Amino acid sequence: MSLKSNLHNLKERYKGKKMAPAFNALHTFLYTPNETTHSGGHVRAVDDLKRTMNTVIMALVPVLIFGIFNAGYQHYAAVDAANGVIRQASLFGNFITWENFLMGAWTVLPLVIVSYVVGLVVEFIFAVIKGHEVEEGYLVTGMLVPLIVPIDTPLWMLAVAVVFGVVIGKEVFGGTGMNILNPALTIRAFLFFAYPTWMSGDKVWVHQAVEKAGGPDAISGETILGFLAQGRGSEMSYSISDMFFGFIPGSVGETSTLLILLGGLFLIFTKIASWRIMVSAVAGALVMGLIFNGATELGWIAETSKFYGLMSFEFWKHLLVGGLAFGIVYMATDPVTGSQTDKGKWIYGFFIGFISVMIRVFNPAYPEGVFLAILLMNVFAPTIDHYVVRANVNKRMKRLQASKDLAGGAHGKAKELKAETV
Amino acid sequence: MALLSKKDSRLILDPLADNNPITIQVLGICSALAITAELKASIVMALSVVFVLGLGNVVISLMRNIIPSKIRIIVQLVVVATLVIIVDQVLKAFAYELSKTLSVFIGLIITNCIIMGRFEAFALANGPWKSFLDGIGNSAGYGLILVIIGFFRELLGSGTLLGIKVLGDPIEKTGLYAIGYENNGFMLLSPMALIVVGIIIWVQRSRNKALIEEN
Repeated sequence: MSLKSNLHNLKERYKGKKMAPAFNALHTFLYTPNETTHSGGHVRAVDDLKRTMNTVIMALVPVLIFGIFNAGYQHYAAVDAANGVIRQASLFGNFITWENFLMGAWTVLPLVIVSYVVGLVVEFIFAVIKGHEVEEGYLVTGMLVPLIVPIDTPLWMLAVAVVFGVVIGKEVFGGTGMNILNPALTIRAFLFFAYPTWMSGDKVWVHQAVEKAGGPDAISGETILGFLAQGRGSEMSYSISDMFFGFIPGSVGETSTLLILLGGLFLIFTKIASWRIMVSAVAGALVMGLIFNGATELGWIAETSKFYGLMSFEFWKHLLVGGLAFGIVYMATDPVTGSQTDKGKWIYGFFIGFISVMIRVFNPAYPEGVFLAILLMNVFAPTIDHYVVRANVNKRMKRLQASKDLAGGAHGKAKELKAETV
Repeated sequence: MALLSKKDSRLILDPLADNNPITIQVLGICSALAITAELKASIVMALSVVFVLGLGNVVISLMRNIIPSKIRIIVQLVVVATLVIIVDQVLKAFAYELSKTLSVFIGLIITNCIIMGRFEAFALANGPWKSFLDGIGNSAGYGLILVIIGFFRELLGSGTLLGIKVLGDPIEKTGLYAIGYENNGFMLLSPMALIVVGIIIWVQRSRNKALIEEN
């Protein structure tokens, strides 16, 4: 007997019982079920929810692998820096090495495992209680979560945050497809507000920096935004290519703009994510960056101001550092929590970029605001859609009125109406 | 013989659970979010509201036949304001630190929807004994939820209960902190209080299906 028929038999045995959804999920996770639809009209399509989710995960795998290497690289680079040796990153020279991989895998994979195990256990429990099938929504969330947290986040904190994010962010609203807020960002926001010391500062971005703090071999690694927010931009030794390729400290998966860009193109090509949101979010970030650059060039902001460092940061570089690129490509484009209408997507995306850069500059506690901006716009997305739809309805009502007037033969009035509604 | 008749005891017991002013009528939420970061403050707030509503209901009920209905809101405000000022002054005299923690929220008991709600809905139409029981019941229902929220927020947010370090010392790393536990700063922020209220409502409604509205 094969595994497939074993699973099928197990499912049959539990049919109608309380635990049925759990066994169904195991079965369909691995195989296509034997059942076919018997009645009613139905569409045969390959892009079901599971396939959609798997495509996004495929787009995330390169970022995850890069994150593993970068975690190791940043650790050894910080150790070198503590000994007075400044490292120059080179991809095959000192980046893709076994010691980087082993160190990275040892720290990143536990995050991935905790995220998936805890999240899926919560999903299974809710499916059994509510008596519906286990939903696929967590497959992507579970992969996003380890990529957007600092490398040394304690695993129990991650577990608590995942339980909170899945239950309060998603299940109370009715599960996958009904949530208002992006669950992965809800988890990130929970961690940020609950355990701020683990989410910011110059110790959390490099493995072991927290344990070694204060000792003789103390290491640290500040993010680029952190340097700028403290007005220490000139102390940074990162080149633009470091920022673009991602050899910089940061959350696990957010550093490599190149790989995120490739992932984004892949998602656009497979029509999973909306290019409108991505393009308009980039535009929004650039506009806000330009406004700040303009303000500093006109001399409105004194060089001694605490905002000067981030405001004078060239506008296009905002796209290369921090989590902006990652947020725009993988989080803002979430089809559930984003705007649904085409016009709405332009507005929604634009404000995500715009507000992200604004929070970056003005938030005194934490020089990054992408997750806050996306959560805020998640809340506004239905409102944006509502007004886009209303505007369209009004436009068509006017057109209808114009054609009625035209047919009615009131010539003067008809011309007038026609002119304004064409 | 029972101390209270069946009808009277319902006046006290109903607001504690199935007709709770916070979780069912969703009144008085503002103060439930604002002052519940510490258990002690929650308890004092709860007791203050018990005093104000219990006594206020009796006063309004005694005057119900002589209050002209056109100016009844003003009369109610005068009564509740008098009682709140008494509470405020007593706190300032005997528990100054606590009164600073609670700051304006003692004064804001005047605007607590539960109080005006009970005056309008009950005290104006019932005798003083019944009104007293109703006032005690509703304010106790309010206080119960406040204490529950305060308990969880202080325990998880600061690791203390009534100021006593029940989970160990976070700086010297004793007790739970020795194995890496940390306080949850989110618990001290008001949004988390709202989520705790939501979870209480969730638990209550899933235990008693009759409370779930049809829609």
